[in-house]
Amino acid sequence: MKIGIDPEAPPFDLAAVRERLSRSTGRTYWRSLEEVAETPEFQAFLNAEFPTSAQSLTSSLDRRQFLKLMGASLALAGVGACTKQPLEKILPYVKQPEELVPGKPLFFATAFPLSGGALPVLAESHMGRPTKIEGNPEHPASLGRTSALMQASVLDLYDPDRSQVLLRAGEIRTWDDLVSEVTAELGKWKGTQGRGVRILTAPTFSPTLAASVQAALTALPQARWHRWEPVGRENTREGARLGFGRVIDARYDFAKADIIVSLESDFLFDGPGQVRYARDFGSRRKVSGKSSRMNRLYVAESVPTVTGGNADHRLPLRSSRIAALARALAIEVGVAVAKPKGLEAHEAWIKAAGQDLIAHRGAGLVLAGPSQPPEVHALCHAINEKLGNAGRTVLYTEPVEDAAPEARDGIAELVADMNAGRVEALFILGGNPVYDAPADLGFVAALGKVPFSLHLSSHQDETSILSLWHVPAAHYLESWGDVRAYDGTVTILQPLIEPLYHGKTALEVVSILSGDTARTDYDRVRDHWKQLTSGDFEAAWRRAVHDGFVSGSQRPALTIAMRGDATTHLASLPGGTQSDDDIEIVFRADASAYDGRFANNAWLQELPKPWTRLTWDNPALISPAMAEKLKIASGDMLEITLGDRAIQIPAWIQPGMAEQTIALHLGYGRERAGQVGNAVGFNAYALRTSKAPWFAGRAGVRKAGSTYPLATTQTHHSLEGRDLFRNASFATYQEHPAFAQHKHHGIDENASFYPDWKYEGNAWGMTIDLAACIGCNACVMACQSENNIPVVGKEQVLNGREMHWIRVDRYFEGDLDNPDLYNQPVPCMHCEKAPCEVVCPVNATVHSSEGLNDMVYNRCVGTRYCANNCPYKVRRFNFHLFQDWVTESTKLQRNPDVSVRSRGVMEKCTYCVQRINQARIQARKEDRPVRDGEVVTACQGACPTDAIVFGNINDPDSAVAKSKLDSRNYALLSELGTKPRTTYLASVNNPHPSLARPDPHAAGHDQYDAPGAHQDTHGGREHGRETDGQGGSHGAGEDEGVKGDPAHSPERGTH
Amino acid sequence: MGAPVQARHRPYKPPVLGAGHTFETVTDKISAVVLTRKAPRGWWVGFLIGFLLLNVLIVSLGNLVIQGTGIWGVNNPVGWGFDIINFVWWIGIGHAGTLISAILLLLRQDWRTSINRFAEAMTLMAVACAGIYPIFHTGRPWLAYWLFPYPNTMAMWPNFRSPLIWDVFAVSTYATVSALFWYVGLIPDLATLRDRSRNIVGQKIYGALAMGWRGSVRHWHRYETAYLLLAALSTPLVISVHSVVSFDFAVGVIPGWHATIFPPYFVAGAIYAGFAMVLTIAIPLRKVYKLEDFITKQHLDYMARVMLATGLFVCYGYLTEAFVGWYSANQYEGYMILNRFVGPYALIYWSLILCNGVVIQALWFERIRASSLWLFVICMFVNVGMWLERFIIIVTSLHRDFMPSAWFMYTPTRWDFGVFIGTIGLFVTLLFLFIRFLPMISIFEMRTLVPEAEIREED
Repeated sequence: MKIGIDPEAPPFDLAAVRERLSRSTGRTYWRSLEEVAETPEFQAFLNAEFPTSAQSLTSSLDRRQFLKLMGASLALAGVGACTKQPLEKILPYVKQPEELVPGKPLFFATAFPLSGGALPVLAESHMGRPTKIEGNPEHPASLGRTSALMQASVLDLYDPDRSQVLLRAGEIRTWDDLVSEVTAELGKWKGTQGRGVRILTAPTFSPTLAASVQAALTALPQARWHRWEPVGRENTREGARLGFGRVIDARYDFAKADIIVSLESDFLFDGPGQVRYARDFGSRRKVSGKSSRMNRLYVAESVPTVTGGNADHRLPLRSSRIAALARALAIEVGVAVAKPKGLEAHEAWIKAAGQDLIAHRGAGLVLAGPSQPPEVHALCHAINEKLGNAGRTVLYTEPVEDAAPEARDGIAELVADMNAGRVEALFILGGNPVYDAPADLGFVAALGKVPFSLHLSSHQDETSILSLWHVPAAHYLESWGDVRAYDGTVTILQPLIEPLYHGKTALEVVSILSGDTARTDYDRVRDHWKQLTSGDFEAAWRRAVHDGFVSGSQRPALTIAMRGDATTHLASLPGGTQSDDDIEIVFRADASAYDGRFANNAWLQELPKPWTRLTWDNPALISPAMAEKLKIASGDMLEITLGDRAIQIPAWIQPGMAEQTIALHLGYGRERAGQVGNAVGFNAYALRTSKAPWFAGRAGVRKAGSTYPLATTQTHHSLEGRDLFRNASFATYQEHPAFAQHKHHGIDENASFYPDWKYEGNAWGMTIDLAACIGCNACVMACQSENNIPVVGKEQVLNGREMHWIRVDRYFEGDLDNPDLYNQPVPCMHCEKAPCEVVCPVNATVHSSEGLNDMVYNRCVGTRYCANNCPYKVRRFNFHLFQDWVTESTKLQRNPDVSVRSRGVMEKCTYCVQRINQARIQARKEDRPVRDGEVVTACQGACPTDAIVFGNINDPDSAVAKSKLDSRNYALLSELGTKPRTTYLASVNNPHPSLARPDPHAAGHDQYDAPGAHQDTHGGREHGRETDGQGGSHGAGEDEGVKGDPAHSPERGTH
Repeated sequence: MGAPVQARHRPYKPPVLGAGHTFETVTDKISAVVLTRKAPRGWWVGFLIGFLLLNVLIVSLGNLVIQGTGIWGVNNPVGWGFDIINFVWWIGIGHAGTLISAILLLLRQDWRTSINRFAEAMTLMAVACAGIYPIFHTGRPWLAYWLFPYPNTMAMWPNFRSPLIWDVFAVSTYATVSALFWYVGLIPDLATLRDRSRNIVGQKIYGALAMGWRGSVRHWHRYETAYLLLAALSTPLVISVHSVVSFDFAVGVIPGWHATIFPPYFVAGAIYAGFAMVLTIAIPLRKVYKLEDFITKQHLDYMARVMLATGLFVCYGYLTEAFVGWYSANQYEGYMILNRFVGPYALIYWSLILCNGVVIQALWFERIRASSLWLFVICMFVNVGMWLERFIIIVTSLHRDFMPSAWFMYTPTRWDFGVFIGTIGLFVTLLFLFIRFLPMISIFEMRTLVPEAEIREED
């Protein structure tokens, strides 16, 4: 497609415009022009005449285009200057819209659609602008909590790169043009019963959309509906068919599970159930007292995930070997299958997991991830059935997906038909197959053979520019619709704002095919549910829209047995003798870009990924052992070959990677994502084929010779023997509940030059439960969205200037090949004796009467002394003008209650002081104290595991005051006398007694102690090795280890 | 004028003025540099280099104001870099001037006479260079005046608990007193230049600056009193300014900063650095202007001794830091010192020890102290070493403090270097202007050193 002004285009018919405009004169000129412009004819005319230049506005300009456009703009500005400014009156509301109080946000229930189902949300609206996403407290899939992707989704709404116009062959058209063209074609298609018509969507979780497509297919019986989702759940589906003979979905009750074995399932972080699953899982990690029953998590996986990071026993294993492990586990619990070979090294792990599962019949849970072949899923079903977990921790339901036939067409069938010339019209509703279709199919070439193609997408992406028609898609916050959550519960999507750029929904496009163009989406959704509702529809509808879910729409649990021949079938499968010598490539959705759809979301790009803490990139992850063998350092460019395909991608050495495995994360290397996502990272889809979508062996790797800078927010992985993160086993905890109470001999933590503050009313405080924190980053994203925190870009992250007010610190402990992962969210500690307050020369950071460490941006001159003197290093400085003061659309996202900071000032966590103030004002109006739980900080509200508790510590009945009485409560660096208001509840893990690791650090500790650290900190040492061993590594010896640590990014450490 | 006379009656006093000088030759020789001799080519070369670098400063600061602090290499754990390193370095350099002028005056060390003028000038210029940093290191330099306590509509005072505020008082007092001291000391010489100047512009300007000095006894009497008073005022400043600067660090909680040894350690370091800089300037100066009679080997020797003494004190500071790192049994302190020894900036630490600990041991030898070339080389080492010391104190303490998660490296950018060499340019430019337009050695005080002065007073 050509970008730029086409010299061949017919000249601008000025006469027609003049003629049109001459009909009106004088003061009404502008009004008339608007009127003229509003008519579809005029718009069509305008679009036909200026298609290319208008479209250029949507992508970044080169110099030539820029000059041309500027020239044109100036000329037009000249026209404007000749005219009087329009006389326009602004009026206040004569009648205030109901419930709209300026300055008070409103919340609307809707849902964030993601692959595999939607996550229910409450969207916060300030004067008609959605600004923030909260969870829907009444919806079972959220219970008020959110994930990082949900939080970030609001930014996508205001993405300035969103597609703003309909295009036909690169020229701007109107919706009516599209409708008339399709309607015209429809007559032709109907003649062949729609034989050449194809619809390509992701598996749909929208009942109304499914019904609409079915209606279209009824009108065109020969038309076919293909489903394609790059990060799909086909294996899960097929696994169910293998086990049960038909498609059945499983959902899990982690609250009831004592023993969980995950075979590459990242259930805490991936998929539509993640928020609920994390909450249920977290509820079994927060121990309090001896009577607590703590769960135990076993994870076997090739690539470190959030779930793996929370495992009590994590086993790094090649993806291709996990089937064998599943088999071994099945044998262990008594399912008759062929015995696998080559797992001797992991026997203890298998035995422990098997024993645990047997000992907790009915309270165990085995599940497999979507990357594992159907066989593994079927084995999990067999194990769960054998142990009586099915029906207790595992609930089987009819498929959550709507219109999910047993056999359905995928993208491979579609491409085959396209190549055979059997496809006349292709409707691609969402997705981006040109970018993400399997590399072996040749989707791009096939698309060229389709005469009529239409692509609905939010951006003019790789697929859009190769399609005949491009239709801008509406964001979910702009749309009416419906969608199912992980358990089938339906949420009615309701728009919070008119589509900013006339975006359309899939429902609207499909409805053209069924001839249903008169109704709006609102009517379509409403009418669909009206048919299904008996009784008072209006009341039910209002209730469903208001609450954010249709009550009773959850898929009921089925009692279903595995098909009779399933076990014999499984038993007959070969034992698997795959060699471990070749290099295996594993494909994964990225934590930020996901399958590529969030590549243009700057918040997500800058969100440090779990385990790697990397931003703005997707390097190939390799294990330290492999790096050693191939002499690769992080940042070295690699050439990775798979079959006859090759890509170049930088390496990142990641402890915890399975041996001989390279992990490639999808979603990067986009060419047409937008200003943020273009040319960021490397496209792993280029190696991904339809035969091996998740892992593929016999890959080749060699160093390409160059290096590449990778931006990580944390360069050091070891705790250096410091007691910042305190941790013990559950057994130790039961014996010594106060294991985290380290005494610092000879240090008076109350010593101070300055008198103590008095807090008469509220005294705000926070606890963060490290046992519950899973390191999912939801808090970071919630904070960014609530507090107008800017992104700084890769270069500035490389310079160490990221701005997040709360960061999730990540430490490794133990084995380099399989380390334990510690996550520690660190916001401002709001010290009562804050080192920052004393040193600020201009009183820009001061203590509030309620114990907040306030930051007065307007007063700050930017000496950075406070940040230097902060022992927790939570202060963030605006080294440049990081905040975007230019882009109009993103300004709409800003929280009006929070100052937008400019260059040269310090900022940091405020404990969401705007929310405190709101609650205080409300309380004062009602002449009562602020209630416990009335103030919820953004991080607390987002946390899926409820690890963060906030409130008034002066109130002994408050949740936070009680939490601070917990024996696990400790303050970070309390020996400095800072008296932090934010404290931590020490982490507890629950290793199997037979697998509890001999502590490799006892000796290391003594070594460190030798120079004379014996008086400091480790008062808890007598409580056993768990407390002792929390320091990853210490002292001088470790320093060398750190220097040699391959996971240090080369460009950030100059040593 | 009795007291100075007695002071000169010591058992042995090495000569601090070349033989054969009279009142007239002294006056001629020093004033000729300003009034009659053409500026030597060396002056022009030096001045142009300085002026060129001064332009680098202007460009660097301009860009800083336009783009923000981010053009420097500072980042989130390392909030201060070259800015505060250079600030402390320049302030330290200034100290020799004050020490020579004030303390040596009070101690009746008349060898100070030939070096005090330009040492004081050097102080002022160094303070001017230093003063740039606290202003421009802020994120919003146009609001840096908020650090001063002035009545304002915000009804806000600065935070008097903050060492940066103490800095504001210390440095501004220092700059004021140093300027007054220098100017008052110049007045009799300005009158001499006025009287000897042959062109009307010189007469007018020097005349105005001389404030009607006629050299009457009353003038001299008041002058001596004022000068002594100012010397007494300056004396505590020698100790206080760098003590206060050291509080910027000592008051902080960061391991490597939070140390009680800092005030004396910093003061000694400042005097050490200052004398190194005085020598760095004096050695070429006496060569180019042939002032070996006035700035004698004896002067160089005395200054080298002061350097050796203060340098040893500084080394003691390094030893104490290392000892406390171990003896405190505090793991953070321990790691801090270990990180200096073997961490990523170890090369800089050991270079510092080489410059400030090893090289200066050469000053024990009289032969070295007698060689202006060797002295010059050693002074260069000291100048570099003291800069490295501030780098070590600021950067290595900040880049790895309490939370390993926040550890990060600091790498200066070209703009860091731009401002640094730019202030060197400012310093050189001011220095060369001073040499050209003002008597670099105090004429009237030198006259008291010629034998005639002694004879007359013994009458």
